[in-house]
This record gives sequence, structure tokens and C-alpha cells, in this order.
Amino acid sequence: METNIAVTKTVAPSVEAARKMEIRNLSVFYRKFRALAEISVTVLSNKITAIIGPSGCGKSTLLRSFNRMNDLTAGARMDGEILLDGENINTAGVDVVDVRRRVGMVFQRPNPFPKSIYDNVAFGPRLYGIRRRNDLNEIVEKSLRQSALWDEVKDKLHQSGLSLSGGQQQRLCIARALAVEPEVILMDEPASALDPISTLRIEELMHDLVKDYTIIIVTHNMQQAARVSDYTAMMMIDQERAGRMIEFDETNVIFTNPKDKRTEDYVTGRFG
Amino acid sequence: MTTTRFRELIARNETAHARRRRITNAFMLTVTGFLTVLALVPLFWIVGYVIYRGGRTINLDFFTQLSRPLGMAGGGVLFSIEGTLVIMILACLFAIPPGVLAAFYVARNPNTALGVALRFGTDVLAGVPSIVMGLFIYVLLVVPTKHYSALAGGLALAILMLPTIIRTTEEMLKLVPHTLREGSLGLGAPEWKTSLTVMFPAALNGIITGFLLAIARSIGETAPLLFTALGNEQYDVGTIVRGGIQSHQSLFAIIGRIINQPVDSLPLTLWKYAQQPYPERIDQSWGVALVLMIFVLLIEIIARLWVESRKRALQG
Repeated sequence: METNIAVTKTVAPSVEAARKMEIRNLSVFYRKFRALAEISVTVLSNKITAIIGPSGCGKSTLLRSFNRMNDLTAGARMDGEILLDGENINTAGVDVVDVRRRVGMVFQRPNPFPKSIYDNVAFGPRLYGIRRRNDLNEIVEKSLRQSALWDEVKDKLHQSGLSLSGGQQQRLCIARALAVEPEVILMDEPASALDPISTLRIEELMHDLVKDYTIIIVTHNMQQAARVSDYTAMMMIDQERAGRMIEFDETNVIFTNPKDKRTEDYVTGRFG
Repeated sequence: MTTTRFRELIARNETAHARRRRITNAFMLTVTGFLTVLALVPLFWIVGYVIYRGGRTINLDFFTQLSRPLGMAGGGVLFSIEGTLVIMILACLFAIPPGVLAAFYVARNPNTALGVALRFGTDVLAGVPSIVMGLFIYVLLVVPTKHYSALAGGLALAILMLPTIIRTTEEMLKLVPHTLREGSLGLGAPEWKTSLTVMFPAALNGIITGFLLAIARSIGETAPLLFTALGNEQYDVGTIVRGGIQSHQSLFAIIGRIINQPVDSLPLTLWKYAQQPYPERIDQSWGVALVLMIFVLLIEIIARLWVESRKRALQG
């Protein structure tokens, strides 16, 4: 089966930037069912890496491997290495709390806590023991500025986060993730619940953020992957319904000159 | 072709069909309207009659005076109101913290042995007649200590409240979107902190409604108090506190005296008074019924207002 040929090709050609994260031969099981099979992928520093593929192919499962969120699913097991700055984080001794601080996450649907805008952003810093008002004020302002929300909310920081529009809520969630100064940000279809204008703002924001952060994004929307990402990983399920990575390359290669026929069919809209 | 044939058939049937539909509609509307009114009759009848009978008895003294011997005019049911408050506060203290914690456990671990046992247990407990709770506490607490007390009454009602609190809290926690929990855990928050600072506030409105249901159900209970709180027509928290302060007792001792003696509660007083052959006691029992209704209504209104204001603050 040619799926096995593709998994060996993990790093895109002409790589100069530093490797921020790397997954080596990862399989994820839900009880006996293998959801992901033998995935290997490299994520480069200060680049946006997109994961695309049809529904149910394990994109989100792969994304949630990067910060060990799969641990939260009962019966889930991860085999393989997940490297963060060259260090394997998929071992029993690793502190997941620290992993999740360094690898933050933004979810598909905006999920602000039922608290004020300020408390939403300050939630993370408080978790790590920052209590002084001045420090918190500074972090909250900086994070909200980074997520391009500050000007819209600076006069109503103590209103509920739920009073904002969907797009604003998602930027609030991004600010909340930024507040603990992560190194990598995982985004699970961050714009799929938003209108086109809010989507555009999130995409612009990603362009700004990638100067300081490494971003991995799962998206259903191929135009979005083509617009925002530097590298793209294409996934698909095999006959045993396990998700496999069939191609990984620079985004323009994936979209203009894919090596795998299935990738070509998918990105040209022939199926999926 | 078939379409045309279908249209033909409809056209032929239309007049008869439409008339039958109009008649059926009118008939069903009448029936449902009539039954709705019928269902409302006992409701308004009871409330109205209690207000009518109780309203004649109630005056300021009724709320501020203790019971007076038969034949003496006036007197009130202050002892009963205070007893009810003391018993309900005790019941809430005993039932709410363990109930909420158990609900957190079941909501997170529904399939563990303990989780299954707890669920089964609460379901069984919910079906146990309330007088059994009274008997249970009687054996457990009243017999060994050799006296009835507000404490025993509070415990009996707490057991009664537990299933409602556990089940509603659990349901409300399950309604919190799991993305909220993941958002918190994704920031690196430990499970307990996520439960306390994210899940609990998010579910609080529903949880409070569960408390209300439990309180409203148990505040009207007579049976579990018969052999636990017993009744005490000279009970007065004010007198106990004043006496305690004068004889320089510690706060602990004063609280002990408040909760460690027999007390009355509104339904208990109602039940006792209504059994007596004296018209003035019968009138007073109607007054007690009205006070009880006002109590439940007040709790309901205050909690609703609080929940609404909180909802408004959260939605912005």
C-alpha cells in the first residue's frame, strides 16, 4: 500500500528554520481501535503548519497529540515520540501542565469562560501564581493587543466574555491562550464557526502571530490552508479506518504539484 | 400523470375534508381549553382558600409572639418560624456540600464502581418514603442521645434533600459544554481547579435551582420531623441568645443550645393545631399554612431574582 511510502517522507525539502516540534511514528488508539497510524511530521519554528483532510481522518486527534490533550479522552493511548524542542513529551514523567503552558490551544467553537473579559485572559497567568494587579493588568493588555481585540474591549474589560460577538469571542480565546506565553499555538478549525469577515480577521491575526509563535492549524477549508499556511499535511483514512498522513510538503507544492493522486483529487475538489 | 390524478382527488375531497378538519380542530381546542381550566381549579382553589382562611388569622403578633395557652387571645407562631429556619439551615449545611461534591464525582466518573453505586443509591433514596428518614434518624441519633432535637430534624431533612441535590447538580454539570472544560485544561489547569473555577460557576444557576427544589420539597415535610424535631412551642432563638450572653456562655455553647433541643416547624405546627378540637387552633393552623406558602414563595422569588441578575451579568 502506498500509504506506507508517504509516511517516511516527513520533512519538506529545503528546510532551514529550526524544528520546533516533531512527531515520530505516532499511533493513537481509542481502546482497541487505532485512530491514527504511524504519523510522522515536523513543525518548524515561526511557521504555520496546516493539517487538512476529509472529515473523520484524525486531524483533530493529531492536533490534540501535540499538547497531550488526548490524555483527557478515556481509553486513549498514544504510542510514539512527540518532541518539543527535541525533548520527548510523550513519556510518563513529563509534566502535562508545563506542556500545555508551552503548547497552547484554541478550539473550534469560541469557548470563553463565563467570566469577565479580564478574568478570561487572567485565568492562565493566575493559574501559574501571578497575583499582583499590575502584573496581571500588563499581561491582559498585552495579550488583548496581540489578539487585536484591545481597542474593541478596553472600556468594558469587566463585562462578561459571553457578551462579545462570535469573532470577538474567538479572539478573546486566542488572547487567553497567549497570556501564558506559549511557544506553540494549536488551532482546531478556529474559524469554522465564524462569518467570513471574522474569519479574515483571524487569518490576519495568524499572520501577525507567527512572527513570535509557531502555529499548527487544522482546517476543513482548503482555501484557508492555502492562504495562511507555509506547510501542509494531508491526511486520509486507510481501509482499517485509521488516519494516515499521505503527504507533507510546502503548501504551494501540495496545492499546485502534489505527488499523491489522492491529495490532488482532494485539493482540486474532486472529492471530500 | 400521477400528479394530475392526485390533484383531482384532492379537489374532489376538499370541501368535505376541510369541514371535518375545522370541526376536529374546534373540538380539540375546546377539550384542551376545558381540561386546562379544570387542572387550574384545584390550584387556585387551594391557594385562594388558604389565603382566605389564613388571612383572617394573620397579623403582626402572629409573626412575633410565641404560642399562648388556649383561651388567651393573640399569640403567634414565632417558635415555629424560627424552628423551621433552624432546621432548614441545618439541613442545607448537611446536604449541600456532600451532595455537590458527590455530583462532581459522578459527573466525571459515571462508569466507575463508586459512580454506579452512588447513582443507584440516589435513585433508591429518592423513592424512599420520607417518614423512613425520620425513623432512621430516630434510631441513629434520638435514641442514643435520649432527646429530640433540631439537629435530628435537620439531618432527617438533609437525607431527604440529598438525592435531588446530587441528581440536579450532576445534570447541570453535564450540560456545561465540554469545550469549556477542555479550554481550562488546555491552559494547564489541574482537574480540581477546572471543576471549581470553570465548571461550578458555569453550572451554578442550574445547581441553585436544584437546591430550591430540594428546599421547597423538604420545607413542607411533616413526617420526618415527627420523631426527630418533635415540637416545642416555647422555642425562641432570641431568648436563648440573650440568656447565653447574660450568663457569658461561649458562641459554641449558645449554638449548641439552639440546635440541641426539640423545635417546631411550620408543617409540624399545622399538623398539631389542625388536630385539636378548638376553633382558635384550627384558625391558627390556617394561618400557619399561609405563612408556609409565603415562605416558599419568598425563597423562590429571591433565588429567581438572583439567578436572573447573574444571568444578565454573564450575558452582558
